[in-house]
Amino acid sequence: MNLMDSSHSNPMSLCSQADSQRTLYPYVTGTSVIGVKYKDGILMAADMGGSYGSTLRYKSVERMKPIGKHSLLGASGEISDFQEILHYLDELILYDNMWDDGNSLGPKEVHSYLTRVMYNRRNKFNPLWNSLVLGGVKNGQKYLGTVSMIGVHFEDNHVATGFGNHLARPILRDEWHEDLSFEDGVKLLEKCMRVLLYRDRSAVNKLQIAKITEEGVTISQPYSLKTFWGFSAFQNPTVGAEGSW
Amino acid sequence: MFRNQYDTDVTTWSPAGRLFQVEYAMEAVKQGSAAIGLRSKTHVVLACVNKANSELSSHQKKIFKVDDHIGVAIAGLTADGRVLSRYMRSECINYSFTYESPLPVGRLVVQLADKAQVCTQRSWKRPYGVGLLVAGLDESGAHLYYNCPSGNYFEYQAFAIGSRSQAAKTYLERRFGTFQNSSREDLIKDALFAIRETLQGEKLKSSICTVTVLGVGEPFHILDQETVQGLINAFEMAGEEAPAADQGAAGEEGAAGEVVAAAEEGAAPEEGAATEEGAAPMDI
Amino acid sequence: MTKQQANWSPYDNNGGSCVAIAGADYCVIAADTRMSTGYNILTRDYSKICKLADKCVMASSGFQADVRALQKHLAARHLIYQHQHNKQMSCPAMAQLLSNTLYYKRFFPYYSFNVLGGLDNEGKGCVFTYDAVGSYEKVGYSSQGSGSTLIMPFLDNQLKSPSPLLLPALDAVTPLSEPEAVDLVKTVFASATERDIYTGDKLEIVILNASGIRREYMDLRKD
Repeated sequence: MNLMDSSHSNPMSLCSQADSQRTLYPYVTGTSVIGVKYKDGILMAADMGGSYGSTLRYKSVERMKPIGKHSLLGASGEISDFQEILHYLDELILYDNMWDDGNSLGPKEVHSYLTRVMYNRRNKFNPLWNSLVLGGVKNGQKYLGTVSMIGVHFEDNHVATGFGNHLARPILRDEWHEDLSFEDGVKLLEKCMRVLLYRDRSAVNKLQIAKITEEGVTISQPYSLKTFWGFSAFQNPTVGAEGSW
Repeated sequence: MFRNQYDTDVTTWSPAGRLFQVEYAMEAVKQGSAAIGLRSKTHVVLACVNKANSELSSHQKKIFKVDDHIGVAIAGLTADGRVLSRYMRSECINYSFTYESPLPVGRLVVQLADKAQVCTQRSWKRPYGVGLLVAGLDESGAHLYYNCPSGNYFEYQAFAIGSRSQAAKTYLERRFGTFQNSSREDLIKDALFAIRETLQGEKLKSSICTVTVLGVGEPFHILDQETVQGLINAFEMAGEEAPAADQGAAGEEGAAGEVVAAAEEGAAPEEGAATEEGAAPMDI
Repeated sequence: MTKQQANWSPYDNNGGSCVAIAGADYCVIAADTRMSTGYNILTRDYSKICKLADKCVMASSGFQADVRALQKHLAARHLIYQHQHNKQMSCPAMAQLLSNTLYYKRFFPYYSFNVLGGLDNEGKGCVFTYDAVGSYEKVGYSSQGSGSTLIMPFLDNQLKSPSPLLLPALDAVTPLSEPEAVDLVKTVFASATERDIYTGDKLEIVILNASGIRREYMDLRKD
C-alpha cells in the first residue's frame, strides 16, 4: 500500500507511465506496399505477412482496404495502428454518407485527412507507426499518394513504402509509363514484388493485388509468385566459406 | 390588457403550440431591407437593397463573402448576421485545412441551422434575429438556401427576404421556371428587376443596391457600382420604365403585389411600410 | 522484444535548396523540386514554392510535413486577413506574420528554412530570410536549405550587396536586370546540383513583377 502511494507521488513514475502510453516501437509489422497509376486507375500490391520482430507471426494479414467508393488504402508498419486508422476512416466515410447530399470524399480528401491525422499524432509524440499508400479515382481523376508516420506526404505516378523505396522504385522509374495496361501493370508489380520477396527477409510469398478504377475496388485472392532457388550458388551456400563449421 | 403570457422566454410554448420569441425573431427578418437570391444550374446571384439608417449615416453591408464558393446575403439584425457569417467563414477555412477541398454548401447550411436551433431551446439564449440567403457551389451544382432564425432551412430556385420582399417574390414566382437554364447575364437582370420590385417606385440606382455573382469558374464576388449602373442603364430601367412605375406604383403595380402579399403572408407589406419611417429598431 | 529501431524522431530532413533575389522592380524566387529522405529520393517533382499572396511567395526546405503545415497555416491566416481587411496582405506584413508563426513554435520548432520574396507596396522587390525559429532579416538576395552553403557564397561574390554597416543604409536590392537574375539563379542551381545530393531533378523559378507572376522550369541533374 505504502509502495503504491509513494509511486503515485513520484513524478518519475508518472512520466514513465505516460511514456508507456505511446508507441516507442512497433510490435506486429507489415512490410512494403507498392502502388502505380495505370491506364484506368490505380494498382497496388502488398504481401500478407505480419512480422513480430523477425518472427513471421501472421500469414494472412490484409493490408489493403477500400475506403468509401473512390479510394483504396494500403499500409505497411504496425498492423494494429493500421486497423485503428481503418476505424477512423470507417467513421469518416459513414458520416460522409449520412449527409446523402451528392457530395462525397474523394481520394484527395482522404489523403489530406490522413496526412493531418498522422501529423497531429507525431505532434503529440505518439505516432501511428505506419507508412500509408492511398490510391483512388474520382471524376476521371487518378490519384496516388503516400503518407509516412511523421506526416511526410506526396503524390507521384508510382509510390512505395519501406524496402520498396530501395528495391521497387528504381524498377518503377525505369519501366513505368502513363498508358500502362492492366496486364502490364500487374506484371510490373509482380516483378517488383518478386525482387522484394528475394531480398526483403520479412516479405512472404503470399500477396494480393488491388485495383481501383471509376467502377470501384477489386482486391485479388491471395496468391504466390513463381520463384527459382536452383542457382548453383544456393546449392551449398557454405562452400568456400572458411570457418570451423 | 392583452399582454401575451407566453412570450417572455424562448422555451415557453403557447397553448396553441407556438413559440412566440422565435416568431418575433422571424419578424425581425422582415424589418431589414430586402435581399434576394436566384440561381441557374451554374450560377447564383445575390442582391440586396442598401438602406441607410439616417440621412447622416452610410448603409450597412448586407452581403458577405464566406469563401470562394459561398456567399451570403442577410436581412434583419446585421450584427447577428456578421456573427453567423464569421462562423461560416471559419467553418470553411477549417474544412479546407483538413480536406484541401471546399466545404459542400448544403452541409454548411445544416450546421448553421443547427446553430440557430440551439437558440430556440435554451432559456438563457436568444434566437438570431437574422435571415440568411446562402448561395453556394459544390460538386452537386449551384445552390440557394434560406436559413431562418427558427433553425429551419429551405432550398430555393429563387427567393427574397426582408421588407417588401413579397413584391420581389411575386416577380420571382412569375419567372422562376426559366431560371434553371438562364445565362449569368439573365440572372443578374432578373435580380435587378426583382430588387426594383421591392423599392415600390423608388428609382433603382447602383448606389442603393449590391449585386454579387458566383458560379462555375467564377468565384464569389461583388459587382462594382459602375458595372451595376451600366446594367441598369442597359436594361433601360433608369430611363423610361422607372418614372412610369413611379407614378403607377401606388395605384396599380404596388396594389397588385400587395394583394398577393396579403393573401399569403399577412403582415409583410405593413412591416415594410413601417420601416420606411426609420422606426425599425431592429435595423439599428 | 528487443528494440530494433533507432529512437523515433519527430523530425526528418527532406532536403532541397531555395534562392530569392530582389531587384528594383522584380523578385525572383526559386527552388528545386527534389524531395529526399536519407539516401532515398522520395519524389522528383514536389514544389517547395508556395504563393502566399498576390505579391508574396515563399520557398521552403527542411522537414516537408512541417513545411506543409506552415504553408497551410499561413494560407488560412491570409484568408482571415482578406475577410477582415478586404485586400491582399503585403509582403512585409506576411514577412512579420511568418516570423511570429515560426516563433510561436519556438520550443517545438517547425523544421523549415524559408526565404520569402515579393514586391513591397512601392512595387520594389524584397527578400526576407529566416531561421527555423523565426528570426528574420530583410535582404537583397538569400539562399536557404541543403545547398545554401554552396549557393550563398556564390551569390555574395556575384551580387556584392552593400555593407550593412553603412549609414544611412543603402538599398539592398541587386543591380541586376530581371533576365540576368533569372540566369544567375539557373547557374547557381546547376552548380549546387553538382555537389549537393539533396538538390536536383528540376528547378522551379517564380518571377514577380509589375505585370504579375510567371513561372519557369529548368531540368537539373537527376543523379
